[in-house]
Amino acid sequence: MTDILKPRDAKEVEDAVKWALGNDKALELIGQGTKRVLGRPSQTDITLDLSGLSGVTLYEPAELVLSAKAGTPLAEIEALLDKNNQQLDFEPMDYGPLLGNEAGQGTIGGAIATNLSGPRRLKAGAARDHFLGVTAVTGRGETIKSGGRVVKNVTGYDMCKVLAGSWGTLAAMTDITIKVLPKPETEATVVFEGLDDERACAAMAAAIGSSCDVSAAAHLPDHVASYFDGLPSPEAATVLRLEGVAPSVAHRKESLAALMKPFGPVALLSEAHSKALWRSVRQVRPFAVSQERPLWRISTAPGKGFEVAAAITPAAQMFYDWGGGLIWVAMPFADEPDAGSIRRAVAALGGHATLVRAPAAIRASVAVFEPQGAGLAALSKRVKDGFDPKGVLNPGRMWAGV
Amino acid sequence: MSVRMPEPDGAVLARRAQIVKALRTMVPGEGVIASEREMKPFETDGLTAYHQLPMVVVLPETTEQVSQVLAYCHAEGIKVVPRGAGTSLSGGALPLADGVLLGMAKFNKIKEIDFDNRVAVVEPGVTNLAVSTAVAHAGFYYAPDPSSQIACTIGGNVAENSGGVHCLKYGMTTNNVLGCEIVLITGEVLRFGGKHLDSEGYDLLGLIVGSEGLLGVVTEVTVRLLKKPETARAVLVGFPSSEDAGECVSQIIGAGIIPGGMEMMDKPAIHAVEEFVHAGYPLDVEALLIVELDGPGTEVDYLIARVEKIAQRCRAVSCQASTSEQQRLLFWAGRKAAFPAVGRISPDYYCMDGTIPRAQLPLVLKRMKELSAKYGLSVANVFHAGDGNLHPLILYDSNKPGELDRAENFGSDILRLCVEVGGVLTGEHGVGVEKRDLMPVMFSEIDLAAQQRVKCAFDAKGLLNPGKVFPVLHRCAELGRMHISGGKLPFPDIPRF
Repeated sequence: MTDILKPRDAKEVEDAVKWALGNDKALELIGQGTKRVLGRPSQTDITLDLSGLSGVTLYEPAELVLSAKAGTPLAEIEALLDKNNQQLDFEPMDYGPLLGNEAGQGTIGGAIATNLSGPRRLKAGAARDHFLGVTAVTGRGETIKSGGRVVKNVTGYDMCKVLAGSWGTLAAMTDITIKVLPKPETEATVVFEGLDDERACAAMAAAIGSSCDVSAAAHLPDHVASYFDGLPSPEAATVLRLEGVAPSVAHRKESLAALMKPFGPVALLSEAHSKALWRSVRQVRPFAVSQERPLWRISTAPGKGFEVAAAITPAAQMFYDWGGGLIWVAMPFADEPDAGSIRRAVAALGGHATLVRAPAAIRASVAVFEPQGAGLAALSKRVKDGFDPKGVLNPGRMWAGV
Repeated sequence: MSVRMPEPDGAVLARRAQIVKALRTMVPGEGVIASEREMKPFETDGLTAYHQLPMVVVLPETTEQVSQVLAYCHAEGIKVVPRGAGTSLSGGALPLADGVLLGMAKFNKIKEIDFDNRVAVVEPGVTNLAVSTAVAHAGFYYAPDPSSQIACTIGGNVAENSGGVHCLKYGMTTNNVLGCEIVLITGEVLRFGGKHLDSEGYDLLGLIVGSEGLLGVVTEVTVRLLKKPETARAVLVGFPSSEDAGECVSQIIGAGIIPGGMEMMDKPAIHAVEEFVHAGYPLDVEALLIVELDGPGTEVDYLIARVEKIAQRCRAVSCQASTSEQQRLLFWAGRKAAFPAVGRISPDYYCMDGTIPRAQLPLVLKRMKELSAKYGLSVANVFHAGDGNLHPLILYDSNKPGELDRAENFGSDILRLCVEVGGVLTGEHGVGVEKRDLMPVMFSEIDLAAQQRVKCAFDAKGLLNPGKVFPVLHRCAELGRMHISGGKLPFPDIPRF
């Protein structure tokens, strides 16, 4: 018996799950495996490699809709959209370099299963917000479909939502339909230098709360600023992105600079520099250089971002995205994720934290995903049991026993 | 009334007096309504062809009361139907003869407005419009804007995943809600999400939104606030055919423009509306498009010019851009009055809510004309053109024998047609009782069983809003059984490495 099963079509995915059910085997679901080391270490017998299910099956630019088999490379989809001046508006971030893989890999199924998003999350939403329809094989070995190919749809429960971000623990998705959107004609970035974290969070709140339609807002403290592309100098930079048609971007650049006068003088990044900067934000560049340091991803109320950060050891490196609501934190010592201080900060101020990167032994002993209260944990377990009662799909990937 | 509701439980009805007494200990004062006369206003919702008096109405004021009432009902095996403002167009809040109607209207406080985090924390009985009104002084608003926004509540919006005319650009309820507090039928109080983005585990908030009151009772909602765009302008474009109008919509989107709103009306709707509102709509056109652009003035002016050019290319016979806020509102006044306007020309109308891939519009309109002739009933169409959500209004007279049945059958045929061309049964009104029995048109038994297992995870006894959404009720024990057909198969014939 071999370790990897590579189905060629949806029917074979169903066969594989049925086989696993009948033989008490647990399956590890992968696409290209770029996020394989994220989560609790696998306790599975066989790998179900879904990258053989590949290809765009429907793309209608004027209807803003695209369907693809789950194993289709993201790069292929992005290239196709690009030809038509469209894009994945949720701007999926790239875990590749963070986890020791090359940039630009990953599949659409992986992007949905992990509910990826990027800097545009605060305006455009995450993968979940663009996920219109799905065909999937549940842990019961049954093929189900939900949703459709239209944006407005309230027919039955929104099963797409619970599959997005379920890390392959509920069903093996085989076909995916997503909403796509036009690419902005141009972009520019407004930069403030030298703000401390608290002041930066205030600046980002003012900018996002303006009618300038900011599509991304990040704060890159001075200890990490030099890792990002496109910045005028390696100083602490608070960066605000504007996207849209050229006359509008030009107008909003002026308005935003005027509005933000109290935060100091601004520098402006051209389209090329802006693109380079946000690509490096999307790749979490400072923490992709080496894979040594344990890495946390914290989502919190943006106004609380600097407070959460202040509660963490000063030896940690960090930067903020989503206007302060997303904090990437790299801990100083390879074998010490310091989960205690992170969990305490998040418990006190709200949100959740994920241990994105750490050695397998640590991920087996420390909660990787935010620990849940008893009621929520029990409900999550019941949801899991509804889809996958025998625990054949990625068991224990998110929480032990789920 | 063609949809059968679950048989009332005689044993529960026999204990009615005792149940009412027990509920009064949990929700004191006027919070429990048991007289027929006072329960009358609760017997129907926006789907007025259906009505049913509940066993008793309970109007709690605190989460604790909701929790006590639900725990009691759970222990006693009593069904519960949650209700917001009762504006559902699909019968989602239709009471059950042996059920508690749990009215959430007293949860009417805005608990917190937090501009730094651009959220509001509100109770579910707050109306949709009240949220926007409460933050308007600072230039903010809440984006989803269903036509019933004056009356409908946020709790109801969460249950139905309500949309509105601005969905294409700003999303539906599910894209604009960040957190909620929910009480399960067991009385257990849980919180999903908060002021932060994305779920901490399974996206249970995403499941709750649009679950039509079958999974839990929402007692608090955290909604996203957006800054109002600097300006908005609308263009009114008339076309000689719906094909031309549809082509124009495609070309606008193809040019990379996502309007704040894009609405289409067909000739019968235009005429009904113009007679009622005098919005200045052209009467000699087959289809009318309202395209609204919002953003900074320079952007809006620039895009309006591009839309006008596209419209001309698509054979528009009239094209008028609003030059004042007053005129923009007048353009919208017509569209927003479409339902009452049709109500004026017909004794009754039946509003449908399918969604179709936009390119199928001409075909669907043509087939609808044929159906109209077949059933001998007129139909007027309003259409959220940007996202393909179609609202055919079937005109009928309930005083004429058989007309309601004909209207319902006509409506069902339209929804089947929507599914046939790649669309769905409901875009924003919900399944409720109205479209319940059509669910198998879109879903297989396996699909529906998977959805019902989600229901089982939240409400194993099936006490919350039974008889809605699912045509056949299965016991959770039966749904939980495994039938492993792959049994002891040899290794499947799949490439391995």
